[in-house]
Order: sequence, then C-alpha cells, then structure tokens
Amino acid sequence: MINNFDTKTLLPVRSSQGLDSLKHQEKKDLVLVNLGPSHPASHGTLRAFLALDGETIAAAVTEIGYLHRGFEKDCEAHTFQQCIPYTDRLNYVSAIMNNVGFCKAVERMLRVEVPERAIYIRVITNELNRIIDHLVCAGANLVDIGALTNFWYSFNVREKVYNILEKLCGARLTSSYTRIGGLSRDVYPEFAAEVKAVLKEIQLGVNDVQKLVSNNRIFLDRTKDICVISKERAISYGWTGPTLRACGVEYDLRKSDPYYHYEDFKFDIPVGSVGDTYDRIFIRFYEIEESIHIIEQALGKMPKGPIITDDKRVALPPKQQTYGNIEGLMNHFKIIMHGICPEPGEIYDFTEAANGELGFYIVADGGKNPYRVKCRPPCFMNFAAFGEMIEGTMVADAVATLGSINIIAGELDR
Amino acid sequence: MGVESLPILTTRKDAVLAWGQKNSLWPMPFGTACCAIEFMSVVSSVFDIARFGAELVRFSPRQADLLLVAGTVTFKQGPILKQIYEQMPDPKWVISMGVCASSGGFYNNYCTVQGIDQIIPVDVYISGCPPRPEAILEAIIKLQHKIENPHTTPVAQYKAKEPHFDF
Amino acid sequence: MESAILFEKLKEKFPQAIKGSTDRFGQLEIQLEAKAIPDVVQFLRDDSECEFNMLIDIVSVDYSAYPDWKEDRFGVVYLLKSLTLGHRAQLKVTVSESNPEIPTISHLYANANWLEREAFDQIGIRFEGHPNLKRILNHHEFVGHPLRKDYPITRRQALSANESLMDEMIVRLKEKGWE
Repeated sequence: MINNFDTKTLLPVRSSQGLDSLKHQEKKDLVLVNLGPSHPASHGTLRAFLALDGETIAAAVTEIGYLHRGFEKDCEAHTFQQCIPYTDRLNYVSAIMNNVGFCKAVERMLRVEVPERAIYIRVITNELNRIIDHLVCAGANLVDIGALTNFWYSFNVREKVYNILEKLCGARLTSSYTRIGGLSRDVYPEFAAEVKAVLKEIQLGVNDVQKLVSNNRIFLDRTKDICVISKERAISYGWTGPTLRACGVEYDLRKSDPYYHYEDFKFDIPVGSVGDTYDRIFIRFYEIEESIHIIEQALGKMPKGPIITDDKRVALPPKQQTYGNIEGLMNHFKIIMHGICPEPGEIYDFTEAANGELGFYIVADGGKNPYRVKCRPPCFMNFAAFGEMIEGTMVADAVATLGSINIIAGELDR
Repeated sequence: MGVESLPILTTRKDAVLAWGQKNSLWPMPFGTACCAIEFMSVVSSVFDIARFGAELVRFSPRQADLLLVAGTVTFKQGPILKQIYEQMPDPKWVISMGVCASSGGFYNNYCTVQGIDQIIPVDVYISGCPPRPEAILEAIIKLQHKIENPHTTPVAQYKAKEPHFDF
Repeated sequence: MESAILFEKLKEKFPQAIKGSTDRFGQLEIQLEAKAIPDVVQFLRDDSECEFNMLIDIVSVDYSAYPDWKEDRFGVVYLLKSLTLGHRAQLKVTVSESNPEIPTISHLYANANWLEREAFDQIGIRFEGHPNLKRILNHHEFVGHPLRKDYPITRRQALSANESLMDEMIVRLKEKGWE
C-alpha cells in the first residue's frame, strides 16, 4: 500500500541497531536489556540500559535527551511573553506551576508588584495543579504495579479539575494562564463554589485509592523498603520536593522561603521516614490533603480587585484606553511591538513546583527577548539518581520506583 | 423468497476484513510528551475510546495495528520511531497526534523533527496542542472510514516536500 | 549567613581566587578564578558555618552577543543551597573561548556529573577530570554546541542510529566488580 514514495526526501534515519550487535560483547551470565526509550513503564521517553543477572539488575546506565526539544534556545528567540507557552510544556501535567515560576522570576527582574487577587488566584490554581500532578503520578505509578482501578479513580477526579481549568483559561493541559504582572483573565463567578465541590470529590477519590492500596499485601510487598535512598545521598543528588521529603528531610520552599503569602496559610509538610517507594507514593496523597487545606483558606481570603498590574511597562492598557486616548494607544503599541524589556541583569528565582524546586535562571540584556533562560528542572536531579537506586534490585522494582520519582520527560529534557 | 430466510450472506472478502479491522483497532501509543497525557484521558472513563473499539492498548508494536504517535519526536527519537513502525505487522495505520508530531509545531529548532512524515507514512493528522480528546476520537472515526473505503481515500504518505535542513 | 558576610569570609580564605562580587536581586554573585572552583566549593560544602550541602544548578551562558561584555566569552554559574542553615550562594567563573576548561566538581556533588555534562553539551565548557564528559541532551552524532550564540536555531542534525551505551556499561560493570 505504501511503496510509492521517494526515499531521497526522507530523513537519513536507520532503525536502531538493537542489541544484536552487542551480543558478542555480552558478559558471562549477564543479559543486556534496554528498558526504554519506548516502553510502557518508562513514562515517556527515558532509557535505562540494564545488565541483568537473572532478574536482578547488576548494573544500570541511564540516558536522557529523547525529548530534548530546545526550550532554552526557543526562549532566546522569543519575547518574554511568548516564552510563557513554552513553559507550559515543561511539566505538562501541572502547566500553571511553570507559568507562575517563570513569571515570578521575570516580575522580580522588572520589580513589578502583582495585585493581591492575582496572587491568591495563582496560589489556588497552583495547588489545583499540584493535586493533578500528584494524582497522575500516583495513578500511573499504581498502574505500573498492576493496580489499574486506582488509575480510573484518580483520573475521574482529575477530569473534574480539568473542567474548572478549562472554564478558567480555555485549555485543558497547556493553559498559559499567567501573564507577566498578573493573569490573563479573572475567575468566573461560580469558580469558588465549583472548586469547593471538586475538593470534596478529590478527597473522596484519594480516600478510595488509599482504601484500595494501604492494606493491600501485594502493594505493600512491592513498595516497602524498595529502592531506599539515604537522606545524604538524596541531598547530594539535589533532590527536592516530595521525593526528598519522603527521605525524611523537612524541606519545602513554601515554608523555608515563603512567597505568595504561603507563610499565612496553615498547612503541614508531610515527611517520610524511610525513603522507599512506599513513602514516595504516600507522601503525595498526604500532600494532596494539605493542598486542599491551602485552597480552602485561599478561597476564603481572596480579595477583590484587579488581576493584572497597572505598570505601564508590562500590562496592556484596558481596551477603552487603547481606543479612547493617545497614551493608551501608544502604550499598547509599545508593549506589542517592543515587548517587555527588563534592565540588563541576571536572576535566579525558584518556586516549589509539584516535583520540587523549579528554578529559572534568566539573563536579560535589556532587549525584548531573554538573553538566556536556564530552567532548573526537579526531575533532572531525580532521574540522575535512578541508575544508582535500582542497582541490586529486580526489574519489577525498577519499574515501581521509576513511577514514584515522577519523571516528566518534558521537564527532564526540556 | 426473502433474503432473511437464507442461511448464507454474500459479500466481498475485503469488505468483511475491513469491517473487522476497523472495529477492532489495537493502538500502540508512542507517547513522548504532553499529548500522551491527553491520550490517557481518552482511554479513561469520561471519553472512553472503547466506544469505538480501539480500547485494547498494546504496548508491544508486534501486537498492534494502529501506531498513535502522541508528542514531539526529536532527532534522537527518530530511529526509535522508525524501528517501532517496522516492528508492526501489516496491515498498519498511523495517526499523528498533535502539531508537534504533525509538523514540529512551535518547536521550530535544532532538535525537533518537523513532522513524523519525514520518517514514517501517516494516515490521519490531528491538530491541536494538545488536541482535545474529542479530536482523537474523530481521528479514529476518520481512520475507520478510511479502512472501509481504501480506494477512495488517499494512501498514507510521506511528506512530499524536501525536509528543510538549514546547514 | 548573609551573602555579604560569606563574600568577606571567602575573600579572607582565598585571597587570590576571589575577583569580585555583584548584587543579583538580593543575592550576591561571587566571581572567582576558574581554577579555584573545586577548592572553594569543597570549603563551602564542608565548613561548619557554610554547610552548602546541595548543588542546585550549574548554569552556563555564552556572553558573546551580550552588549558591552568585556570578560571572557563563557560564564558558568554555580548555585548552592544549604538545607541545614537555609542560605544560598551563587558563584560565577568566566572562561575564554580558546580554553574553556574548568576543573570538575563531580566528586563533591552527585548531581554535578549530569549538570556538567549538560553544560558541555549545550555550550561546550570542558570540565577537567570529569569521569564521563559526553553529550547528554543532544544525540551523539551532533556537531557543535546549540546554545552558543553563533549556532543558528534551525540548524538541524539528523541522527542515523542511537548509541549502544556499551562504553558506559563496561565502566559501570567494572565498578560493580564484574569482569
């Protein structure tokens, strides 16, 4: 059916060599196996090259970069506002957290004050995204272990959160909700009531999942004391976020370097005790509950007011002013044509994203494009430790562990 | 004598085969990025791909007849995609899900393949970044129509134009 | 510890290595000689008043198109964090285009291995003494360093076949005691 094509126009791509060419190099009694880059349990495009002694992993080498799509170079070729859609696709499960992280860094560079209402909406949407991220991570991880029902339970509530986000910003996954200096639009009138209703359902869904797994013998056997990583090693690998807290380090940027009034919200940081796969999965369920508390408090405190700053350097004027007077028109023209131009300088700014410390190192040269953007993805550090963690365990344990450190390839490879 | 009373039915062999194939597509999701997350939504309860007979997701290309490329394909990923496609037995179809797979999307840069049709032939393209779950279901319906009418729909094609390298 | 006090402390300890400092939005960036990086970072990690036990990131920047840039072409920024004391540090070295070499710190922090590989891959900084300095994000047939300012964004390079990773595996197996 498909033979009438001209091979010259195709990319010079051969099929991979596979393992056949390596057979002669195989060590005595060891079997070499590729786990990934296209493997159902490899969560996207990760590759682990394993030397197996029976079913035990004797040595593991990992390779990344299969989803390296040039985020940093693309940012250099676009204006600061145009970079926001690219940040969506870093951690695409919790897109708004990346938007907020990037905008917060640029806002600090510009010394722009974000209105209070925008800050509270950012907190609420951030925590909703954290819930989604944890639900997807835990749900997919449990599928890897064989518990498919949990996947439906966690994805059902997730759809309901997506309905809210869709009403809010028009897109399900890649929302681009924030703007530099505020937000793209205000919340709709029934927002608070709908979020409250969804929070109840999330709690029910999480309870259902926990009921299924917390006393389940198979689940406990497959996760307890599996792939333990010590506190010191995790810190040396630069782990942050839930995976580090699972090792027993009480470190959360929302508490240690508070931003966006996180110091005013009452919430706890769940901390694990062992640092095994079980802790890494369950800490996410507890964090979902803490996020629910934060959202409830933030909904109560949310003030009225504008959702974007009135700073003329970053925010477009209201449409009446653009069409009504010459200053508004000039301001509009200047922002659209010349873009947002921070003073030359360099900044490293960070937020607590769902996976850990999400940092942006931005270099500005006074122009409308960032001179250099370096993203500090939390997954990168997590996956760097993966090879070391799984050595000496079984292949099935490696699969269970990979899910628990929640690797999102878009963020890992950028 | 009515047709209903006869115990036999006459039809063409290829029509019967196509009828069977279109209603039991076994997709192999080649999920790389954001679109794969959206594909998970299509499989789960709310959108439910099972209504179109394509719910049996196979993760081995040797058991699948529909390759669903969901997400950005980079040059590093290219040989893998080619190998996966070649491992699938005939007859096989390819859906390119999302703009990244279809054309590179807004990743017009040094590491992204500008459309998977530079590597493998594609039957149905889906727009969107990522496409809504309904769009994926529509693509499945389109593909079913194509399987049923192989002579009136275009065959899967590689991109006709030169892949633009810019050395 | 305040970053200004940290700067004074480092200046006292390494008078030759420290070149200066710049304020970066409340965080003092300390500039130093490239050769001194491992000693300074080790001191920062082990000193009881510093205790920078986490390496947050290694950022590499190509300044060749930066307006009024007078120093060497490439800058590398080390971001450190102390989980016990809560403070951060930001170190910067610059290296020239002809000799972009910095001694490695991969023996001090476990994640420095990959972060240095990324800086090598994207900008072309060579880290002396790195155990496995090869590309990490781009494929092994890639020529050039894409985040340099003279690399055009649309210069694409196709890969014909993936690498086998056997070179890394042999080293790893030897470390684990296999023949």
